[in-house]
Amino acid sequence: MLDGNAVAGLLQEVFGTDVTAATGTCASCTAVDAVGAVHVYVAAGVVLRCPHCGSVLMRVVRSDKRLWVDLRGLRSLQLESI
Amino acid sequence: MPIVSRGFKGKRRGEGPSDRVPPGQYLTDDFPVLSAGPTPHTPVDQWDFTITGEVDELTRWTWDEFRALPSETFTVDIHCVTKWSKLDTVWEGVRLDTLLERVETAVDYATAYCDGGYTTNVPLADLAGGRAWVVYGYDGELLDPEHGGPARLLVPHLYFWKSAKWVRGLRLTATDEPGFWESNGYNLYGDPWREQRYWGD
Repeated sequence: MLDGNAVAGLLQEVFGTDVTAATGTCASCTAVDAVGAVHVYVAAGVVLRCPHCGSVLMRVVRSDKRLWVDLRGLRSLQLESI
Repeated sequence: MPIVSRGFKGKRRGEGPSDRVPPGQYLTDDFPVLSAGPTPHTPVDQWDFTITGEVDELTRWTWDEFRALPSETFTVDIHCVTKWSKLDTVWEGVRLDTLLERVETAVDYATAYCDGGYTTNVPLADLAGGRAWVVYGYDGELLDPEHGGPARLLVPHLYFWKSAKWVRGLRLTATDEPGFWESNGYNLYGDPWREQRYWGD
């Protein structure tokens, strides 16, 4: 089982900063977890899932030229301000 | 970013015959497992296959009814959008034609839906004509859960993300509705011979 730390580099590319210590709220069950601790599956793209209810939190697809990010499953993401 | 790079390396790598290996693909003898979520283990006595949506009447097969349908063993090549292709894969299953002939509909699109919540959209025309199956056997054995058992969709003329694992039915729709990956970057259609990997390809 991969966790969010395994895709730290990809997420840094998406958010422009390290978000593994940021906390996300699951839109489905409202559980709050550090991004580095959520479950990760790698298929055609990367899928982050809530470790409590299994719902999709985030989907990231990367081509050579573009990134797509679906955040519908994430109600909120709390980061430390820089 | 290594975790999403095109990194699945087969034992044998090569370009292969150009009439069988689409552009940008390499050959593998392995059968990589890619999943968007945990593997469901649905017992066959709790499995059914349903065609719903824009249909005159919902049509449903239990596992036993499904297995009693005419089936075939056949050999096809498969092409994953992560760039591996695998030649001469042997499957056993039921043609979608056999299922769709029981259904009256006036619409042109289907969304396959699955245990675990995965979806993918395919035009009905691509599911007809002996080009698509619901398969339950691979290489002479029952299909392993990690490869989509008890049953998966198989549409080998499109990229393999269309061949949805753990399929439970089709929802017929008037418009082409993007599925799990198609709604976030992957191509609505996914023809490997035209390298339709992403939006706009």
